[in-house]
Amino acid sequence: MAKTTPPNEHRALRIGVAGPVGTGKSSVIATLCRSLSDEFVIGVITNDIYTDEDARFLRSEGVLPAERIRAVETGACPHTAIRDDVTMNLIAIEDLERDFAPLDIVLVESGGDNLTATFSPALIDAQLFVLDVAGGGDVARKGGPGIGGADLLVINKVDLAEHVDVDVEQMVTDAEKAREGRPVLAISRKRPETTSQLCDWVRQLHRAYADGSHAPVDPGPMAPHFHATDDGSHVHSHGGGHTHHQHGHE
Amino acid sequence: MAQGQAALLLLADGRLPAGGYAHSGGLEPTVQAGRVSDAAGLEQFLVGRAETTGFVAAVFAAAACERAVRDDIAALSALESELDARTPSPELRSVSRTLGRQLLRVMSTIHPHPHFALLGTAPHQPVVMGVAAAALGLGPRDAALAILHESVAGPAAAAAKLMRIDPFDVHAALARATERLDRLADAAANHADAPASELPSRGAPLSDIAAEHHRSWNVRLFAS
Ligand SMILES: Nc1nc2c(ncn2[C@@H]2O[C@H](COP(=O)(O)OP(=O)(O)OP(=O)(O)O)[C@@H](O)[C@H]2O)c(=O)[nH]1
Ligand SMILES: [Mg+2]
Repeated sequence: MAKTTPPNEHRALRIGVAGPVGTGKSSVIATLCRSLSDEFVIGVITNDIYTDEDARFLRSEGVLPAERIRAVETGACPHTAIRDDVTMNLIAIEDLERDFAPLDIVLVESGGDNLTATFSPALIDAQLFVLDVAGGGDVARKGGPGIGGADLLVINKVDLAEHVDVDVEQMVTDAEKAREGRPVLAISRKRPETTSQLCDWVRQLHRAYADGSHAPVDPGPMAPHFHATDDGSHVHSHGGGHTHHQHGHE
Repeated sequence: MAQGQAALLLLADGRLPAGGYAHSGGLEPTVQAGRVSDAAGLEQFLVGRAETTGFVAAVFAAAACERAVRDDIAALSALESELDARTPSPELRSVSRTLGRQLLRVMSTIHPHPHFALLGTAPHQPVVMGVAAAALGLGPRDAALAILHESVAGPAAAAAKLMRIDPFDVHAALARATERLDRLADAAANHADAPASELPSRGAPLSDIAAEHHRSWNVRLFAS
C-alpha cells in the first residue's frame, strides 16, 4: 500500500479520463483498477450520456467493490459536466471520498464526447485523453486541447492497427509533435507490457501528488500557444508542466 | 428601478453552475408518453408546471427567504417537512433535495453566508433558493420569481433535445409566460409570512407518477 504523505494525505488523487466515444476509457479504467488495486484504494465515477452502462460495465468486470463505482447523470451534456458546471461531479467525488475514506485515487470517466472536451482543473488533478487507432491515424495530428494538453495521451487498441491501416509509430510521432513533449503511450489491453507502462505513469503521478510536487495543468478550451518573444525564444516551457493555472489543494 | 435586479439575474441564470441542465422538469417522460408532441402542447405543459408545482416551489422559496431575512433559520425545518408533504413522488422529493444540495454547494462557494452552513446536507431546492436570495440582499418575491423562472426555463431548454420543435417557438412560449410568472411571484410572495402548514398545496399528480416511471427507465437523456 503506497502511503501518502502530506500535503495531500487527506484527499485522493483525482484523475480524469476523457476522449471520444468508444476509444476505451472504461477499459483503461478497468485495467488500472485491476492492476493497481493491491497498491491503492481506488474509487470510480462514471459520467453517463443516457444510461449507466459505463458504471454497470465496470461493476460487472469485478475490478472494484461495486459500491465504489458511482454514476453521474449528465442530462446529455457530458462536456458541461466536466468543464463548465462541475458541481454534480464534485459532489459525487466528495461523497465517494467521504464514504470510503481514505481513498488514494478517484478515477472520473467523462461521457464519450468530442475532441474539445477536457476536464476543468476545479474537478481533477490530472487527466488522460484516450484516442484509438480505429478512429484513424490522422486524429493525433489534428491536436486540440485534449490531445495537445492532457497530462497523458493514450493511443489505444494498437492491436488493431494493421487492420485499419494505421502506422502506430507515425501516429505517436504526430501526437508527440502536437503535444510538444508531453507524454504519449500507445497501448492495447492485449499487450500487458503496454498497459504496465500506463500503470507506472499513474504510480509516478501519485508519488508526485503525495509529496506535493505535482502541479495541475489545464489543457484549456484552446491549445495554449505562445511562441516567439522579442528575442525569439519560447515563452513556454513544457514537459515539467505548463502551469498557467496552478491550484493549491491544501 | 427595483433594487437587486443584477443579483436576481445571477441567481436565476441557468448558467449558474448548479447542475440544473441535467433535468427536464418532467418533460422527458411526458413527451415519451405522447402527452406533449408539439409547440402548443409544450406551452400548455409549461403553463401547467408554473401554475402548480412551480407555484408551490415559489411559495416555499418566498417563505424561506422571509425567514432568512429575519434570521429565523430554525423555522426552515417546518418548511422542509411541509414541502415533503406536498411532493407525493419520492423521486421528485429526492430530485428537489439533490438540486438544493447543488445550489447550496455553489452559493456557499461564490457568496459565503453563515446561513448556508445551517441548512443541513440536502435541503429542498426552494428553501436554498429562498436563503440564497436573502444572502444576496433580495426579498421573498425575488426568490419566488427566480424559482418560477427555473421551473419553466429548465424544461424549455430540454425541449430541443426531446422533441421535434423550433427553438423560436419554445422561446415564444416563454415570452408569453412572463406576465404570468410575475403574477404568480406576486401571489407567492403574499404567502411568505404565513405559517408553514398553511402554505398552498397545488399539485400535478400525473407529473409525480411520470417521475416515478422515468426513474425506472434504463435509457434516458435527463436525470428527471
Ligand atoms: N481490440 C481492442 N479493443 C479494445 C481495446 N480496449 C477497448 N476495446 C474495445 O473497445 C470498445 C469500447 O471500449 P470502452 O472501454 O467501452 O470505450 P469507452 O471509451 O469507455 O466508450 P464510451 O464510454 O461509450 O465512450 C469495447 O468493445 C472494448 O472491448 C483494446 O486495447 N483492443
Ligand atoms: Mg465508457
